[in-house]
Amino acid sequence: MAQLNPEGTLPPAVAIEEAGLDRARLVDLYRWMVVIRRADAEALNLQRQGELGLWGQFLGQEAAQVGATLALHPDDWIFPSYREFGMGMCRGIDPAAMLYLFRGLTHGGWDPASHHFAPLAIPVASQVLHAVGYALGCKFDHSSQVVLACFGDGATSEGDWHEGMNFAGVFKCPVVFLCQNNHWAISVPLEKQTAGRIAERAAGYGFPGVRIDGNDVLTVYAVVRAAAERARRGDGPTLIEAVTYRMGAHSSADDPTRYRSDDQLAAWSPRDPIVRYEAWLLAEGHLDDARAGAIRAEADAVAQTMRTKLVNAPVPPPSEVLFDRVYTSPSRTFQAERDEFAATLEPSE
Amino acid sequence: MSTVTLAKALNAGLRDALAANPRVLLFGEDVGRLGGVFRVTDGLQKEFGEERVFDTPLAESAIIGTAIGLALRGFRPVPEIQFDGFVYPAFNQIVSHAAKYHNRSGMALPLTIRIPYGGNIGAVEHHSESPEAYFTHTPGLKVVTPATPADAYGLLRSAIDDEDPVIFFEPKARYWQKDELELPVPHVPIGQARIAHEGESVTVIAYGPTVETALQAAKAGEAEGLSLEVIDLRSLVPLDTETLLASLHKTHRAVVVHEAPVFGGFGAEIAARLSHDAFDFLEAPVERVAGLNIPYPPSRFEKLYLPDVDRILEAADRVVAYA
Repeated sequence: MAQLNPEGTLPPAVAIEEAGLDRARLVDLYRWMVVIRRADAEALNLQRQGELGLWGQFLGQEAAQVGATLALHPDDWIFPSYREFGMGMCRGIDPAAMLYLFRGLTHGGWDPASHHFAPLAIPVASQVLHAVGYALGCKFDHSSQVVLACFGDGATSEGDWHEGMNFAGVFKCPVVFLCQNNHWAISVPLEKQTAGRIAERAAGYGFPGVRIDGNDVLTVYAVVRAAAERARRGDGPTLIEAVTYRMGAHSSADDPTRYRSDDQLAAWSPRDPIVRYEAWLLAEGHLDDARAGAIRAEADAVAQTMRTKLVNAPVPPPSEVLFDRVYTSPSRTFQAERDEFAATLEPSE
Repeated sequence: MSTVTLAKALNAGLRDALAANPRVLLFGEDVGRLGGVFRVTDGLQKEFGEERVFDTPLAESAIIGTAIGLALRGFRPVPEIQFDGFVYPAFNQIVSHAAKYHNRSGMALPLTIRIPYGGNIGAVEHHSESPEAYFTHTPGLKVVTPATPADAYGLLRSAIDDEDPVIFFEPKARYWQKDELELPVPHVPIGQARIAHEGESVTVIAYGPTVETALQAAKAGEAEGLSLEVIDLRSLVPLDTETLLASLHKTHRAVVVHEAPVFGGFGAEIAARLSHDAFDFLEAPVERVAGLNIPYPPSRFEKLYLPDVDRILEAADRVVAYA
C-alpha cells in the first residue's frame, strides 16, 4: 500500500484523481484534521477544568477518522465506538452536543437518523453487531447505502467482534470494518491483545483484509472508499486495519506513564498525520501558509463556540431526562412512577 | 372452531404478522428450513422466502445484536433464542443495548425476542430454565408470557406490533396444550392480566407454564371446599397491579407461583408490591411457591423442584389458616 512517508513526500502509486480527490477535497481532509484535533484538545481542557466528567482523546488518530468519514457517502451509516468524536464532527454533528454525554447531561446527544451516525457504543465491540445488522437491512432493501463499523485493536479480542465478522461474511453484508489499531487498550499493548495480525483474520471469515498506514489520510481515504464501493457493488465486507497510535491517554482518568515509555511516543511523533500531510500539501502547492493559517483560526473558533455552548448548556428537567425515553409507549404503572417522582421535585421546580 | 395447540397458535401468529407487515423478519438457529426445533416456525420460510425467515450462524449475541441493527434500519425483527439456557451469550446485547437504545438515541427499537422457557420436559441441563427475572429487572424491556393458545396468538401479535423491545417467553412444556378456538383471535394488550378462574378465598398468581398447574390446584381445591382465584399475569412488565389488587380486595390472601428459583424471583416483586399496596386488607403474608434455590436439577428430579398442585394447595391452606 502506497503511503506518505514521514517527510510528507508521496510515492507516485497513489492515484489521487482516481480516488476522487480534487484540490478542494484534498484541503478539506486537512481542514477537518486540524479542526477535530483542536476540538479534541479543547475537550481535554474542559475536562481538566471540571466542565466534563471524562474525556477520551483521539490525538494521533485524525487521519483514520477524517479519511474514513470523508470517503463515505453522506447517507452511509457509521457505527462508532466511544473514540470517534472526530467522525461525528465530520458528519456535521454539533460538537458541543456530542460533549453533553461527557458532561453527564444525556446518554446520547444527537439524532442518529439525521446524521447517519449511531450513538457512541461504550461496551467494547458490541456496536459491530449493530453495524452488521444494519448492513443486512441495507441489503434486504436493495439500498446503495453501506455501513462503516468502527472499533479499536482491543475490540478484536471480544466475542461480538468475531460474531459480527462471521455474520457479515455469511450474509455478504455491505459493511466496511475499520479497526483503528492504536496499539493500546487502556494499558494493555497490542502484543498482549493478539498473537497474530488483525487484518489477516479476515481470510478466516471469507473476505479481504488489508493493513494500511492509518496515519496517512490519503491512504485511509482511498482504501475506505474502495472498500465502500466494493460493498456497494454487492461484493461484501472488507476489514481494514488502520495502523495508528494513541498519542494521548486512554481517557482523562488514565495515566499512561505507568505503562509506556516516552521513547515509544517519540518514535511515533514523526508520523504525526497532520504534520506529514501539511508538508505534502504545501510542497505540492495545494495549500499555502495563508490558507493554513485561516484553517487554524477556523479551528480555534470552532473550539471556542463549542466551549461556550457547552458551559452554558441548560440542564433539562429531571423528569424528562430520566423518564421520557425509557419506553416509546409507557404503561400506566410507568407513568404513575414518573408522576410520583415528579411530585417529589415540585418544591424546587 | 378447531383444535389449536399453543405451538400452532404461535405459528399462526407469526404467519399473520409476516403477512401483515413486510418489515417483519424471523431469524435464529434452525428456524428456517427445519421450522424450529419445536416447529413453531414450521412452513414459514417456504411461504415468505429466505429474506423474511432465515437461519443464522450459531451465535446468540449476534442474533440479538444484528436484530438491533435491523430494527434501527426500520425492520421489525423477531429473533428466536432456541432455549432459555442459551440466552446468556446475548445478555449484553439485550441489557446494554436493546433495553437502552431508545433511551440514548430516541430511536424506536421494535424487537420481539422469542425464548422457549421453563422445565418439565425431561431435558438435559440448560434446556429448562426460567430466566425472566433477569429481564424484568432491566428497565426498557417489556416481558410477557402466554399460558393459553389464544393468548399465545394475541400476545405475540401485540408484541410484534409494539414499538419497544419485548421479551416473549414461551412455556415450552405447554406447546402441545390444546384449546378449541377460531384463529385469528383479537390481539391481547400488553400489561393486562387475566382472571383464569374465579374464586373467593385465595388469589393464586401465576404466569406461563404455572398457570395450568394453578388451574389444576383450583380444581382440586374445589373438591376440598377451597375456592382459589387464579390470575394469569400474561405480562410481567408492565405489571397489571390493578387486577391483582381488585382480586385481593375479595380474597385478602395471595400465593405467587413460578418455576424460577424463589430467591430474588419475580414472585418477590409481587409479594413486595402486594404487602405494600394491599397491606390494609391482607389477612396473611403473601406465600411464594417456586423453584428451589438450586441450579435446575437433573430431569429425574425436576418434579421435586417444580411447583405442583400439592405445593400450591399447601400454601393456600397456610394463608387461609393464618391467624
